[in-house]
Amino acid sequence: MEHLDHLAKQQWLIPLLPLVAAGIQSLLPRGKRKLSAGICLLAMGGACALALRAFFATLGHHGDEPVRAVWNFTWFAFGNTSLDMGFILDPLTAGMAAMVSFVGFWIFVNATGYMHDDENFTRFFCFLSLFAAAMLGMVISNNLLLMFMCWELVGLCSYLLIGFWYFKPSAAAAMKKAFITTRVGDVGFFIGILLLYWKTGTLNLYTPDGTGALQQEAIAKLITEPYFWGLTVAGFIALMLFIGAMGKSAQFPLHVWLPDAMEGPTPVSALIHAATMVAAGVFMVGRMFPVFTASSADWVMDFVMWVGCITAVFSATIAVAQFDIKRVLAYSTCSQLGFMVMALGAGGLSAGQFHLLTHAFFKALLFLGSGCVIIGTHHEQDMRKMGGLKKYMPITFWCYFIGYLALSGFPLTAGFFSKDEVLLQTFYKNKLVWGLATFAAFLTAFYMTRQMYMVFAGMWRGGDHGRGHGHDDHGHGHHGGHEPHEVPWNMWLPIAVLSVFALLMGWLGTPWLKGNLFHHYVAPHEEAPHHSNLVLWLSIGVGLIGIFLGWLIYGRNTMVRATDADPLQAKLGGLFTALNRKWYVDEIYEATIIRLTMACGTLFRVFDKLVIDGVLHAIAGLTKALSQVCRWIGDELLINGGFDASCEGVRGSGSLLSKLQSGKVQNYFAFLSVGTIILVVVYFFKQ
Amino acid sequence: MTIPLGHYLILAGIIFAIGLAGALTRKNAIIVLIAIELMFNAAILNLIAFWHYKQFAALTGQMFAIFAISIAAAESAIGLALVIAIYRHYKSVDVDDIKSLKG
Amino acid sequence: MICGNHILSWMTFVPLIGAALIGVAGKSSARLIALATSLVSLACAVAVWAGFDPGAGLQFEERFQWISILNIDYHLGVDGLSVTMVLLTAIITPLALLAHWNQDRDEKLFFFLFLLLQTGMFGVFTALNFFHWFIFWELGLIPMFFLIKIWGAEDRTYASFKFFIYTLAGSIGMLLAFSFLYFATGTFDMVELRQLATSGELKAKVAEFVVGLNERTGLGLTAAGFTTALFWGTFLGLAIKVPLWPFHTWLPDAHTQAPTGGSMVLAAILLKMGVYGFLRIVLPIFPAQITDNIQILMGLSVASIVLGAFAALAQTDFKRLVAYSSVNHMGYAMLGIFATAAVAGPEYFDEKSAALGGAMLQMFNHGISSAALFFMVGCIYERTHTRNLAEFGGLRKIMPIYAGILGVSMFSSLGLPGLNGFVGEFMVFKGVFPISLFWACLSMIGLVVTGVFLLSMMQKVCFENLNEKWKSLPDLNCREIFIGAVLMFFMFALGVYPSPLLDASNSAVKGLVGLF
Repeated sequence: MEHLDHLAKQQWLIPLLPLVAAGIQSLLPRGKRKLSAGICLLAMGGACALALRAFFATLGHHGDEPVRAVWNFTWFAFGNTSLDMGFILDPLTAGMAAMVSFVGFWIFVNATGYMHDDENFTRFFCFLSLFAAAMLGMVISNNLLLMFMCWELVGLCSYLLIGFWYFKPSAAAAMKKAFITTRVGDVGFFIGILLLYWKTGTLNLYTPDGTGALQQEAIAKLITEPYFWGLTVAGFIALMLFIGAMGKSAQFPLHVWLPDAMEGPTPVSALIHAATMVAAGVFMVGRMFPVFTASSADWVMDFVMWVGCITAVFSATIAVAQFDIKRVLAYSTCSQLGFMVMALGAGGLSAGQFHLLTHAFFKALLFLGSGCVIIGTHHEQDMRKMGGLKKYMPITFWCYFIGYLALSGFPLTAGFFSKDEVLLQTFYKNKLVWGLATFAAFLTAFYMTRQMYMVFAGMWRGGDHGRGHGHDDHGHGHHGGHEPHEVPWNMWLPIAVLSVFALLMGWLGTPWLKGNLFHHYVAPHEEAPHHSNLVLWLSIGVGLIGIFLGWLIYGRNTMVRATDADPLQAKLGGLFTALNRKWYVDEIYEATIIRLTMACGTLFRVFDKLVIDGVLHAIAGLTKALSQVCRWIGDELLINGGFDASCEGVRGSGSLLSKLQSGKVQNYFAFLSVGTIILVVVYFFKQ
Repeated sequence: MTIPLGHYLILAGIIFAIGLAGALTRKNAIIVLIAIELMFNAAILNLIAFWHYKQFAALTGQMFAIFAISIAAAESAIGLALVIAIYRHYKSVDVDDIKSLKG
Repeated sequence: MICGNHILSWMTFVPLIGAALIGVAGKSSARLIALATSLVSLACAVAVWAGFDPGAGLQFEERFQWISILNIDYHLGVDGLSVTMVLLTAIITPLALLAHWNQDRDEKLFFFLFLLLQTGMFGVFTALNFFHWFIFWELGLIPMFFLIKIWGAEDRTYASFKFFIYTLAGSIGMLLAFSFLYFATGTFDMVELRQLATSGELKAKVAEFVVGLNERTGLGLTAAGFTTALFWGTFLGLAIKVPLWPFHTWLPDAHTQAPTGGSMVLAAILLKMGVYGFLRIVLPIFPAQITDNIQILMGLSVASIVLGAFAALAQTDFKRLVAYSSVNHMGYAMLGIFATAAVAGPEYFDEKSAALGGAMLQMFNHGISSAALFFMVGCIYERTHTRNLAEFGGLRKIMPIYAGILGVSMFSSLGLPGLNGFVGEFMVFKGVFPISLFWACLSMIGLVVTGVFLLSMMQKVCFENLNEKWKSLPDLNCREIFIGAVLMFFMFALGVYPSPLLDASNSAVKGLVGLF
């Protein structure tokens, strides 16, 4: 354990490396492409090495003690207390960190090819490194607040990278949509954090002295106190945290941002919107699992399961009717995340996390594969304009094929084992959910088969017609009519590496070798569901049926021209349109929430202008009116009037008197004389 | 024979009245000036008369009379000068024409 | 404690000396003198900050008799409440001056007024006697009026008058309240008043005064009602300055019309004077009255947060949008302050400290981020002479540095973790949440809407298609980058390591919390 403690103390180095790389990138001039890519790959490789070192250190501990080491420190003090933070090293973290850094590394490699011609190459790697740093930081944090901070930072990077081609209005809208939609969920997460902090007095998940928020003492406190809506505090916290997870992991009804997020460059879709960030919600639920299981008496776990289940089926149906190669994968990602969430809701931490890991590999593989296809077809994303690529891009095809098998749950591939675990978990929890999940698995196999046939089978339908739609125009210009070509090594090597994992990784979690290794590793105390042949064979069955149906509809007669209608469209009619329009969720949001928000905005703007300023202006007007009254009655009438009147009097009397001033000397003299006489007379009469 | 004081005074009064009437009624500025001189002389006559009949030892009365006469001389000189100046300005010595101080 | 040197006085009055120098100096040297004096003040402020002992109470006190017949002392000092504000003032003013480095109309008058303004601001944050506190308070008003009136945009007359008269009208309530307090207690000294209030003597003295007043006037006033009236009078004066909803409508007008530096200082510092007034005056002197009206007060704060955000959402004017974000952000600070008074007793001590400490931090943070945002608006206005958001778009393509700084400032304002805005907001919520779940949850609507309007702003300015009109706009020059870089430094530094500010204010915060 001492070794673990030592490693836990160094956990922060893992995100630090990409963070430093991002810092350097931000200052690098645009031209230094090779240097930029080199630094990032070095940092990512270093992070990967460190993560793997930690990962291997957590293996092989088989005691009763959970394998866990933490290192906590004080961030800042306030009042009489302080806010602590910390890093953790336990199987969940170690596995996740290893996956993120490993997959991340290969996606970085691929990105050097994908972004080769982009003028903002260094900026791209800056954001990508920052993302890796934030994601790794989130994974290793032993503190809910630190996790939230990194959570938001990955959201930031997602925002920046979705909008990497910001000059496209669709990308600018998508980046905003992604950030805001996840922020809605984040408010829930935030409330959960605050409540947890209040009730337990700490945000550190584990501490050596047992006072952490996820340890016995705190959990015991949380489950005894009742709270809103018939939930205990633990249940309420779990619910709020899960709302955060819903936003990040694109669960219905907050899933709308993920498909739009495909506006970003494809390596971004692979790294952020398939393998790592969108799985952050699932990881967070897994990390906070003690709170969730503590609230198992409440309806929260059922809620989690149902949200996952609905998302899984809902997005799978939409994926059936999409034409954009990346959108199919995006909805598939939603659906698979639904599987993970469903597993967690059914109480299967290891099932959920295992599916997370395998999915990360094969979905990253598929996305990178689609990126190769997009580059190979000169920035074409519409599957109707592809076709026959197997001939032109054999390496990509075979790797993609492996990813396809894994996602469809073809027996013995990675997806098969992990999906089976999920189904098994739900089977014992709720038969209806299990039924729906199996249906989603069927749909997955079907739409992936559809995609494979549309993209790789048949003949090349791209070229001279219908161009100028659905492609990334970032400096490539138009290569209309050019034949597709295989991608360079730095693009196919990553998918080749990942396909090995997509093929073989499932054996880590198979029940057939002396127990489920992954289960023992991640959740040794969790009771593994019993193996069920019904679930197993049904899962294999629906997978094969899906593939068969896909072949039936798309494989027998491949599309000939890009303008051909989708064969499914004839069979489903209006339903297909509804699916293609994503069940009109965006339209509904547009008509309700967005319109309401904007209306509120306008309302309060007008309220300020009319009512508040109106009152102000009324007061001002009243004051002015009063001052006018004062002016007229007081100043003009009384004061000015009075003054004027007295002036007028003086002037009048003056002019009257001036009449005496005749200017004639003799008059004056006469007055003088009369005056003197009068004086003399008076004098004499006085005597 | 002695002429009693009253006669002097009556004479002075008559001269003063003539002067006053002249000063008030005549339009010619020079006549007015002469009338004023008459009134002056009436006053001087009074001075001398009172001095004489009251038997004052001192020559005060005479002194005053001489003083007043000399002043009257100076005054009439100034007065005449003014009249000439006015005449130059107004081309008239009619006092009714000279009323630029009218209010 | 009598300090040998008069560093606070120097800090406050050096700008005044500089202003006088500008008066006699030539046109071309005005800006140099202004910058130099504001840098001297900055040096003083840094010295104060460096010498500040977080554990002690009032420091750097200066006190001597001024008008002895009225018992008025010239009394200066800083404690945890004011030291951060002093630092903020000292940092923002030189940057605002730099933002106007190329001022070419009436520059002597401009820089003269600016330095006068700085003296007013320092004076407010250091004065401990209401008498000269009020003088400085009004002194801050007059230069700003002229800055808006002379150098403002198209509606400057309306905006400047609205700003001036509104604030002045509010100050009258405060002046009246303080005059009555003076008649009752015989002192204008804030420290003494606080002690009187804490010991309960203030209540007795006011009661006595009211009895006397009733005898003389025949009015049937009660002591409690009278004190409440005094409280609302003071409240009005400060709430207009903060501004709290619904007293905020002068702010969008004044900010929008003011010249860039004026907006920076107005948002970053003048608004803080109102909040600071609440901390320095209202909380210590009227604790019971706040507690009595706590639901109204918290409601107004939340209204500022939520309605401010909504109103910002609907703005089409870049600067007006940023101005409304100030209403929104000051709402958080006020919410944190009022939360301190929401429940009595020591039970929620740490929560209250968090709320109040968060509010203090929020004040500083908002000072940094709003100054940056207004500066960014100013940069673009200088180049395009329009503030209409619909006319921008795609600026990131031609002005990448501008877009970068704007982005960082925007995210700082939005409260992104890792940048300064987050810590303050988190602390406020951490404190408010247990104390008043209802208001905390209601104000979280503001968190989302803040995100919406800031991101929409970013989208409209920097992303999407470039308006061909602005094809040849130059990116920021070195001077502008420098201003942005200084502000960004604080955004990053405080986002990662807020301890210095929190530690500095902590003991003062605890002292205030202890009053309830």
